[in-house]
Amino acid sequence: MDTGSVAYVRTEDAPQYAPPSTKTGAVGWIRDNLFDSVANSILTIVGIAILALIVPPVINWLFIDAVYTGDSRDACVVEGAGACWAFVNAKFGQFMYGRYPLEERWRVDLTGILLIAGLVPAAIPQVPFKRETVLYLIVVFPIAGFVLLTGGNVDISAGFWMTYAALSVILLAIVAAVCVNAKIPVVRPLAGVAFGVVAVALVFAIAAFDFGLVYVETQLWGGLLVTLVVAIVGIVASFPVGIVLALGRRSHLPAVRLISVIFIEFWRGVPLITVLFMSSVMLPLFLPDGVNFDKLLRALIGVALFASAYMAEVVRGGLQAISKGQYEAADAMGLSYSQGMRLIILPQALKLVIPGIVNTFIGLFKDTSLVLIIGLFDLLGIVTLNFSDANWSSPNTPATGFIFAAFVFWIFCFGMSRYSMYMERRLHRGHAR
Amino acid sequence: MTPVSSASGEHAGDEAGTSWFYNPRVRGVVFQFLVVAALVGVVAFFAYNAKTNLERAGIASGLGFFSERAGFDISQTLVPYTNDSTYFRAFLVGLVNTLLVASIGILIATVIGFIVGVARLSKNFVIRQLAQLYVEILRNVPLLLQLLFWYKAVLSVLPSPRQSLEPMSGVFLNNRGLILPEVIGQPGSGLIGYALLAAIAAAFGISRWARARQLATGKQFPSLIVGLCLIVLLPLLTFFVTGMPVDLAYAELKGFNFAGGMVVNPEFMALLLGLSLYTAAFIAEIVRAGILAVSHGQTEAAFSLGLRPRRTLQLVVIPQAMRVIIPPLTSQYLNLTKNSSLAVAIGYPDIVAVFAGTVLNQTGQAVEVIIITMLVYLTISLSTSAFMNWYNRRVALVER
Amino acid sequence: MTNKFLTIALGAALGLSATAASAATLDDVKAKGFLQCGSNTGLAGFAAPNDAGEWTGLDVDTCRAIAAAIFDDPNAVKFTPLTAKERFTALQTGEVDVLVRNTTWTMTRDTTLGLNFTGVNYYDGQGFMVRKSLDVTSALELSGASVCVQTGTTTELNLTDYFKANGMEYQPVVFEKLEEVNAAYDANRCDVYTTDASGLYSIRLQLTNPADHVVLPEIISKEPLGPVVRQGDDQWFNIVKWTLFAMVNAEELGVTSANVDEMMSSDNPSIKRLLGVDGQFGESIGLSNDWAARIIKHVGNYGEMFDKNVGPDTPLGIERGVNALWSKGGLQYAPPIR
Repeated sequence: MDTGSVAYVRTEDAPQYAPPSTKTGAVGWIRDNLFDSVANSILTIVGIAILALIVPPVINWLFIDAVYTGDSRDACVVEGAGACWAFVNAKFGQFMYGRYPLEERWRVDLTGILLIAGLVPAAIPQVPFKRETVLYLIVVFPIAGFVLLTGGNVDISAGFWMTYAALSVILLAIVAAVCVNAKIPVVRPLAGVAFGVVAVALVFAIAAFDFGLVYVETQLWGGLLVTLVVAIVGIVASFPVGIVLALGRRSHLPAVRLISVIFIEFWRGVPLITVLFMSSVMLPLFLPDGVNFDKLLRALIGVALFASAYMAEVVRGGLQAISKGQYEAADAMGLSYSQGMRLIILPQALKLVIPGIVNTFIGLFKDTSLVLIIGLFDLLGIVTLNFSDANWSSPNTPATGFIFAAFVFWIFCFGMSRYSMYMERRLHRGHAR
Repeated sequence: MTPVSSASGEHAGDEAGTSWFYNPRVRGVVFQFLVVAALVGVVAFFAYNAKTNLERAGIASGLGFFSERAGFDISQTLVPYTNDSTYFRAFLVGLVNTLLVASIGILIATVIGFIVGVARLSKNFVIRQLAQLYVEILRNVPLLLQLLFWYKAVLSVLPSPRQSLEPMSGVFLNNRGLILPEVIGQPGSGLIGYALLAAIAAAFGISRWARARQLATGKQFPSLIVGLCLIVLLPLLTFFVTGMPVDLAYAELKGFNFAGGMVVNPEFMALLLGLSLYTAAFIAEIVRAGILAVSHGQTEAAFSLGLRPRRTLQLVVIPQAMRVIIPPLTSQYLNLTKNSSLAVAIGYPDIVAVFAGTVLNQTGQAVEVIIITMLVYLTISLSTSAFMNWYNRRVALVER
Repeated sequence: MTNKFLTIALGAALGLSATAASAATLDDVKAKGFLQCGSNTGLAGFAAPNDAGEWTGLDVDTCRAIAAAIFDDPNAVKFTPLTAKERFTALQTGEVDVLVRNTTWTMTRDTTLGLNFTGVNYYDGQGFMVRKSLDVTSALELSGASVCVQTGTTTELNLTDYFKANGMEYQPVVFEKLEEVNAAYDANRCDVYTTDASGLYSIRLQLTNPADHVVLPEIISKEPLGPVVRQGDDQWFNIVKWTLFAMVNAEELGVTSANVDEMMSSDNPSIKRLLGVDGQFGESIGLSNDWAARIIKHVGNYGEMFDKNVGPDTPLGIERGVNALWSKGGLQYAPPIR
């Protein structure tokens, strides 16, 4: 080997020096993030000052000075006492169930378990049987929940059944006549309609069946139960209506489009509280003499109409995101409008708008607190109602109650918003190049 | 049945040789007809019921009540109003109160929202986390709860009138509200207002001229500073020139409370606080998303052209971010306006509290009152979105 | 008990089952087996759920008396808590059979709302409550005060009239719900709380420190509170009207829930007619002849009802005052059963 001709070539790396101590570790991080300029340093100091000013007293009030046990206001009116958790403790049952009878509360619990049993597998993308789970959630669960919560045993008269049967026969006859007239095969459409008629009858039959459960009036419902019932019924009922409205708004038929646009913009343009006033004060005047809706049902109708307009806009966003090629492909395959929508467009569009649906649900969940203004006692309503209990009135009771209610709402909303972000990231990954 | 069938069958046969059932035109017409018929049926059913119910109950209908004497008092009236005024006056008072709280709320929410939104992107860890904490807490708690909380907080923090705080001479703060001296104009004070208007117009003109000149010649002109100076100085100058024609009427503690002066009610303060803090949390997220939507390449390009960070933000990032920000910002403004109806829960006399509350109760005309209330909000919503759409078109990217 | 949540909703969906409510209310009530009574959402002494969740109060007992007259069972009644805003619509649309919700009898309400007031179960008047620390002894010293008041009531209008008539100024602070007014007054938002005097006593109990507040002596309005029914059903109107009269008559004749059984064998012809031993008075209003005896046995006479719910021995501690019998200097006067 020739060794003398080549100038010095280094064969191994020079030893690495540690970075300057001001750039590493905690010190470096602090210098980089908090004190890299005068302005930033001032901001940091101000920020820390704000934290120092707020956090210790809040923690003191919430936990250290708080009163955890006691059975009347006497425990909480002590000088220097903090949050009155004893109040929340004593009223916890009411906050969750309202005045739902004690011995019947297992029914609410069971409904909750049924809901979770459906929601968890539906929410986790990896779990199979999505279609079955969704079917369970929008068909089986609502019926089971209705029977469990109210007690079922709906009073359906023989006259109703007879009218229903008569109307069904007329409907079937019309379908058959149209098919014959249009010279298309009769069997499939007839079977479809007959299936629908029987399914609806079955739902009524289940509702009318006496399961031996005691009837619990909706006046006794309250607390988180009402909050969840209003929010879930609102979102479930608004879903089909919203899809129909969204399709209507994108329809080529001018009358349909106009009606959809007016409907959507009307409900989106007015505050929920006027909708609730309308359903509680005006709706009774719009019904025939002697027909009454339950007060909760009236609120539910208002909330569902309101939510469906928002849902329609979310779904429309999804429909617009589907490329034109998909619509054209569906047409080219010779699919009818309903087939194309059902089999090609909606499955893609609805998947895209899951985050939007969850966000609508969060908004609705927060808005359910407005039912307290029309005299229904949701979580917030029952908490404020209990402030007037002389047995518990203390300077700290209202703040404690508000913070408890805020915390419950926060857990739900924060959890759902994180889920929606997770789904958003998941969906976007699929489209990333 | 048969003649119809044969006729339509022939018709379809003429066109395509298939059943009329598959003719999209026929289907469209039939379907629309069915939808419209169903809608008309439902509306007629409700209208008929409402009519018979109202007649049977002997409730008056129509808008005649508008000209009757209201007979109740309202705590905050920007429009002249006494209990002898008409229901229509009461309606106006409520409407103005709604517009007042909504417009001030929008201003404050926008300012806080932009600050917090930028803070969420700050390099500073503490500031970033503080901003995130703010957004995550306020966004996920119902507004009504926040309003009740703020109302309670405002009332419990402020002292009673006899122990009023006096931050400035003549300004008092207690649980009856913030009491300011009333401005009473003497003859000649109108000029100050005209001077202000003239200054605003001049500032506007200067900024247009400066812009045109910069486009034409590249020369810059500090139009913002000049404009602001004009707006401040011109009225001030008029004020002194006309011999200070304005008196301040200070409030005095008399009996229970302060008499005289202008009062900002605690209900108003709580509502404004709750609405703007809540909406600001949403605006912050919109601003953050808008800024993030401007690609980093734009900033780098601006830096490589030698623009300083401030100018980059001003000339490159913000104009592009605004395009993303404005549409969702509009819907937040609308939400704030609609949410101001929650005033009814804390006793602020907005249109829902005064009109859909007291007036409805006194007249019993639920249908008219609620429909009018809804129409008012609908009008506000539609005109706000029309304005914002116009603005959005102005700033939108014009492609080809 | 059957489920009422959906029956009619289902019917309405198909346009059925809209049985006219203007048919005889008594038949309706008998058919469903209970009385649907519109009550306050919560006013101690008049209508409020107790710790066990049962409704109690003067208005509630009035409803129970009607139920007792019809079914011989004071518990065959269901209560629909109504806000001030909802109450008349609920009665007009047949959601409730009778409204007993401390509702003031006024000419407008009696004539233009399609309703009939059947009588007065409590003579009330609007009063003022203030903090003791203000050292106010008369309502005429209230000029310049902030006044907390509930909207949707005659109270708001009386307040305006009173201050106007006396040349005083005030600052109204108006809320939609009673609890909100209470909370605002308790938080010292206003100097004065005004509502019906009976209400003031019951509200004072709910304040943080009841002893710090005092009800002023002035009564600024007449507030006769009573049950309300729909117009157009005279039989039902009579039942509700005479239920109350029977209770007043019973007090006058000294018949109480304790001695009603012994009184059955009384020789006093008035008592005999009241208790149905003599005559066909019950049947004349579509009930059985012992209707009044049922009321007295289950609920008591007017005095018992008053003492039990709002009287001096209750937390409200209200004296009989104008609500005493006419023979004792009060206003409670019932036409004779004869």
